[in-house]
Amino acid sequence: MAFQHSHASHCESGVMSSMLRHHGLPMSEAMAFGLSSALSFAYLPIIKINGLPLVAYRMPPKFIIKGLQKPLGLKMRFETFRSPKAGERRLDELLDAGNLVGMQTSVFWLPYMPEDLRFHFNAHNILAYGRDRASGDYLLSDPVVETTVTCAPADLRRARFAKGVLAPRGLLYYPEGKPLEPDWARVLPKAIKKTTRILLDSPIPIIGVRGIRRLANAVERLDGQGNPAASKMFIGQVVRMQEEIGTGGGGFRFIYASFLQEAAERLARPGLDELSDRLIDIGDEWREFALATARMIRDRDPLQPTALAARLRAIADREQAFFRDLRRAA
Amino acid sequence: MLDKDVPQEGNSTLAGHRKAVYARGEDGRLHIVQSSGWEVEEIVTRQAVEDLDRQAEDARRRVLAGRTSPLEYHMHRVRMDVPLLSQVTGLWQWRIRRHFRPDIFAGLSAGLLGRYGEAMGLSIEQLKKVD
Repeated sequence: MAFQHSHASHCESGVMSSMLRHHGLPMSEAMAFGLSSALSFAYLPIIKINGLPLVAYRMPPKFIIKGLQKPLGLKMRFETFRSPKAGERRLDELLDAGNLVGMQTSVFWLPYMPEDLRFHFNAHNILAYGRDRASGDYLLSDPVVETTVTCAPADLRRARFAKGVLAPRGLLYYPEGKPLEPDWARVLPKAIKKTTRILLDSPIPIIGVRGIRRLANAVERLDGQGNPAASKMFIGQVVRMQEEIGTGGGGFRFIYASFLQEAAERLARPGLDELSDRLIDIGDEWREFALATARMIRDRDPLQPTALAARLRAIADREQAFFRDLRRAA
Repeated sequence: MLDKDVPQEGNSTLAGHRKAVYARGEDGRLHIVQSSGWEVEEIVTRQAVEDLDRQAEDARRRVLAGRTSPLEYHMHRVRMDVPLLSQVTGLWQWRIRRHFRPDIFAGLSAGLLGRYGEAMGLSIEQLKKVD
């Protein structure tokens, strides 16, 4: 079957939905995201990126790929390599055999990416679906790019064998066997409940709704720091993770709302549609937070971390009430 | 967010690319809409890029003044910092900082320079000078 590229908002859910569709199971990006319970919030002050704490609106990399195995009765095969040579040979072998192969790469070394977005982020997922005979370039489907792209072997080698945090070590993955149409009435409520557990019941105070409050406290403390440039870098980083890094807008809240709409249809439960509407409102509130932050960064509004912290707390309260209701509905 | 609210602000940071975001159509259903960018994203991305550029430019000036080695300049230029360069090269952070001293950098072996070059995607010739 010829491969069909489709544009998605997030790399991992995009790769997995494309891969599943290629293997005959209709699957939207939002469904892949929701079914693997990938929505989250985490404020990780110990993990620093260029000196700034990591803020994530979803579960860690590979969570979607792994999380889809159980509901779909699918076995994914993962291969990593010690040497770039072995990794390249294996990729060629798989492509020659007509496979669609998922890969983990570093955004920095992918030449088709816009210059300003090329940071050292090592967990970017893309698909390889073939190789151009004449040039030897790889034919790639990067879900966050509108069309398919090509990449020279030397660049792809660098991207696959980049080092540092989350080093991909040439990771390749593909399904063994065919994905099955799941029993939606069983898997959907289960996946939704898991998400509510992640957001509400985390034992560590930096994950879930508590993580949002923890972040609010950290933002509030910026007020007393007396270093506006550093404060702006901190709040800018939060917004970058929320909007710029392939989240579909509103820190994945919209994509999850789309999943809830699909779930409502599959389960014939209009209650989930109403919850989806509420989550869209919460996503809009995240976008307002982003807008307020950007205005402060550009000095269009006075820098007031306390005001941003108050917004975050209001969002935390709304998300807490929302996920409690979602738990009841599931 | 409704379809008509999806920002189409032509962000320079996207360099002509469009990204997929989720928005509501007339029927209330969410679907993917292509966006040419939102100014908010451009502001925060430019903020990060400008900070990195500033560090590189600052290092470049210090190289020309003889106060640091080209290694520091190239490290910033490829958007790395000392902890990351240390992970990529497998060298201790204090050793890398020591190689920021121009006199010590000048005496580095081809092997070490090659290691840095490999990590940053530069030839040894490129690594030794600033542009």
